[in-house]
This record gives sequence, C-alpha cells and structure tokens, in this order.
Amino acid sequence: MLEVANLEVVYNDVILVLSGISLKVEDGEIVALLGGNGAGKTTTVRAITGLLDVHEGDITKGKIEFKGESIEKMRPSAIVKSGITQVMEGRRIFAEMSVDDNLRTGAYTNKDKASVLAAFDRVMELFPVLKDRRKSTAGYLSGGEQQMLAMGRALMASPQLLILDEPSLGLAPMLVQQIRDIIVGINEQGISVLLIEQNAHMALSIANRGYIMETGKMVMDGAAQKLLGDEDVQEFYLGLHGEEGERKSFRDVKHYKRRKRWLS
Amino acid sequence: MVRSMIILAQVGGSTLETLLTKLLDGMALGAIYTLMALGFVIIYKSTQVLTFAHGSVAAVGAYLVAYFVTIINWPGRYLTSLPVTLSFVISAIVGVAAAAVVGIVIERMFIRPMVGQPLFSIVMITLGIDIILRTLLGDFVGQGSQLDIGAPWGIFSVTKINGVIIPHSYVATIVAAAAAVIVLALFFRSRTGTAMRASAFDQEAAMAQGISAGRIFALAWAIGAALAAVGGIFGSVPPRGFGVNQTTPFFALRAFPAIIIGGLDSIIGAVVGGFTIGIAEVMAGHYLSQFTDTLGIGFNNIVPYLVMMGFLLVKPYGLFGTKEIRRV
Repeated sequence: MLEVANLEVVYNDVILVLSGISLKVEDGEIVALLGGNGAGKTTTVRAITGLLDVHEGDITKGKIEFKGESIEKMRPSAIVKSGITQVMEGRRIFAEMSVDDNLRTGAYTNKDKASVLAAFDRVMELFPVLKDRRKSTAGYLSGGEQQMLAMGRALMASPQLLILDEPSLGLAPMLVQQIRDIIVGINEQGISVLLIEQNAHMALSIANRGYIMETGKMVMDGAAQKLLGDEDVQEFYLGLHGEEGERKSFRDVKHYKRRKRWLS
Repeated sequence: MVRSMIILAQVGGSTLETLLTKLLDGMALGAIYTLMALGFVIIYKSTQVLTFAHGSVAAVGAYLVAYFVTIINWPGRYLTSLPVTLSFVISAIVGVAAAAVVGIVIERMFIRPMVGQPLFSIVMITLGIDIILRTLLGDFVGQGSQLDIGAPWGIFSVTKINGVIIPHSYVATIVAAAAAVIVLALFFRSRTGTAMRASAFDQEAAMAQGISAGRIFALAWAIGAALAAVGGIFGSVPPRGFGVNQTTPFFALRAFPAIIIGGLDSIIGAVVGGFTIGIAEVMAGHYLSQFTDTLGIGFNNIVPYLVMMGFLLVKPYGLFGTKEIRRV
C-alpha cells in the first residue's frame, strides 16, 4: 500500500536528516516505527504527507509510493485526498475552535455530505467521549480527549492509511491503554496504520511489523513479536536487562557496550 | 455638495438632538472604518501580513464604481427604467467583485512568491503596491481633481425625526457594514470559513487536513480587498465624500487606529474599534470646534490617533487581541 524506498531528506539544503530509509505498509497492517529523539521519525511522516516544505525540507533521493502511485511531489491536500491522513505530533488540534468545527476541518477534502455524516458517526462510535463535548472549545478538553479529537479529525477524511505520530505522548498509562485499543479498533475497520512511537512496548504489542530508526537510518526491522523478543530492543527500548530481567549495573557494562548503537 | 456640508455643520448647539445627529454621523463614519478594519484583520489573521495597500485597493474599487456610474453610465444605460439607487448598487457589486479580483492578483503576483521571507519585506512590498495603485489612480482621476460617483441616496436627502437629522446615505452605510458583518459571521461557519479559521490558527495542521494554504491566502486577500472597496465606495458617496479623489485611500489609514484598539487579530475588535474611532472623530470635530483657535483646524483628524496612543499605553494588544501576536 505505502512503500518508501531509499528516502533521503535534507533540511535547509545542508542538514541530512534521513539517509536512505525504506519502509513498507501493507494493506490492513499496523506497522510500528520506533526510534529515539532525533531519529527522523517525524521527518519521515512529513515526507510522506508532503509537509516538508513548511520546514524547508526537501526529498533529495528515493521515492514514496502509495497504491502504486508516486506521491513524493504531490501537495499535502492531494495526498490527503488520495487517502493518507495523519495525527500530528503534539496533537495540534485547533484549540480555539469547537470540537465539531475541528472535526469538520478534518472532512475538508470530502465534499460529499452523506459520506461526511457517515464518517462522523464512525468517529462518534470510536470516541463516545467526544459526543458530550461537541460544542465545547477544543482547547479546554483534557489531554486524552484532545488526542482522541485529533484522531477523530484525521479519520473524518475517511483515510485508507492513518499515520499516528506519538499518540501516547504525555498521556497517563491508563489512557495509553485506551488509545492502544482504539488504534486496534480503527485497524479493524480496514484502515492501515503507521504508528510512530517512542513507547516501544505499546507499539509492538499491537503492530504486525516494526521498524527501528536511529539517526536517519533504519537499523532493524521485522515482525513485531521478533522485535519484542530481541535482546537489543529489550535493552534499549523496553528497559529490560539480561535474560532474567534483572537490572544490570551500568558499571558492569563494558565501555564499548555503554556506547552501543544499533549499527556498531 | 459643499452646501450640504454647510447644512450639516450648521446643526450647532449642544442639544440632545445634536448629540444624536452627531452620533449617527459618527456611526456612519465608524461603519466605513469597520469595513476597512475588517479587511485588515482578515488579511492579517490569514497571512500574518499587515497590508499597506488597503487604502489604494479601496480607492480602486470606488474608482471602478465611479467609472461605471459617471463615465459609462452602466447599467443605467441599458436599463433606463431602473431606479438610480438600484443601478448604483449593481455597479457597486461589480466594482467590489473587481476589487476582490485585484486582491487575488496582488496575492498571487506579489505575496505568494514571498511566502517564507521576512515579514518586513512583504509589508514593504504592500507599501510599494500602494504607491503604484495610488499613482495609477492619480493618472486616471487627475491630480487634484475628482471623479463623481453619483448620489445614489441623494446629496442631502434626510429624514428628520424629532429634530434628529438622519441622512439616508449614512443609514445606507451603516446597513451595508452591518450586512458585511453578518455575511462574514455566516461565512466563518461554512466549510471554507472553518477551514480559514483553522488555517489562521495553525497553518501546518490545517495543511495536514488537506486545506490548501495558497487557496486560503488568495481567499483572504479577495475578502479583504472586497471589504476595503465597500468602505471606499461609501467613503466617496456624498455627503461623506465628493467622489473618488486622491484622498480616498486615506480612509484605510484612518481606520488603522481602529484595528490597534480592537486588536490586530480580532474580528469583533475591528467592529468595536471601527465604531469607536468613527464616533470619537465626529464628536471631537463637533464639540471641540469652539476651541479651533487653540487646537487648530482639523483636530478631529488626529483624534483617532490620540485614542490609539492612549490605548497602546494601557492595552498594547488591543481590546480583543491575542497576547502572543507580534506587535507592529
């Protein structure tokens, strides 16, 4: 469905942020894209959704295909119309507007009233919390509700691929659980999901496959279960140490191991 | 026409009737400022650009209407049975639409290529556009002369109620401004209007919803220019003005204090500020006229700026302005 091949992105003509990453999202899949701060996850999302321009970024190499069609030169509005929507990092809801108006902007590309109403009903079913808050100003919602609103807004365009950029950011563990279940629910409606996360445990527990990025490169990929079981992933992302899960003292770790990175 | 101004000025004294008459006068002037201010605010909110070409765009709109009415007599030429007022309204609608097109052209030709450049450069460009349009206007109208715009509501047709003088032209101005505010309020609830608000709040997030930033920019300039033109037309219609001339663009400059008082990014602020300035200017003109010896002639023209400076001291972001907004 979505295929990113050998993508290279440069900011301000000089800063190389992505150096040849490739990833694939098949129909109906949940794919997790993991990595620490500054790994290039959000840049990958911007490249796919056509928002690099805003940040003075350029795709200098590689290609992005969606449903067999090249989209790397398309404008953001055309990409939304073709069926990819995203929930941006930090939610980015329109805080001054009502919940309803936020959802309406999500349906901007859809001029067909009946299908907008259908999408609205689906969103209300997924997020019953929003039902009681339809008229309230979005900025006054709680963090969890705002995240749900952002997800609902992205779903209003009836996408085939939903990209979620760190939906668990800044949410309480209970809410992270809830968001996770909702992502599964969205996926069950036949929408493919590309899930960008720092919370590796949450992401890998629902994903079919996962990719791990570091400083602009893909360093690992494979089935989610395999990644969950991987010793390095456990150590670096899940905070588990050693086979019995006992905590290793940092002093015992050899110097080169402390500086361990995925590629070395 | 000069005589009509004398009649207006003759409403002397300090009776209640005078106060109400002057209040209506001030509201009519405030309505023009409101129209101008609304245009400023909509362009500013959507594109972060404070346009200095607003006044000349307004004058271009007014000039086109004057051209239709006085020079080619359109559509009155073809529809002879049409009342003068209705014929004027039709020309005005066409003139306003043409001004909207001028706004779009300015945006596409001069503003769009500058997106991402320092705001200061863009503002300077609008100043350049203003000079170009004003020069062209001078060429078409003639330096120091003016083009009659007709008198659709009579030069001085008034209704007198209990001694309060109500010029029909002023009523039309206020009605037009009210209509513009209502239409805008309705527009901002529509699909496109919601998209515009979203884009003004967070452009990147709006783009992620599939809203084209370029289209919103063009639309903002079109609406802003159209509002300016409506203001320019009513500023030229007697007895407020005597046709289109080189001072017509100054209405926008005098509406400037209105947006400072209301807050650069507030629609409600534009309305409140516009009427405040209009009424303050007229009231000062009337009640301070006895101090002409001390204050000098034309003191009323600087009253809006005095009010603005007072507001800036107390409320630097205006009555309804957002705090984070960069001040100009």
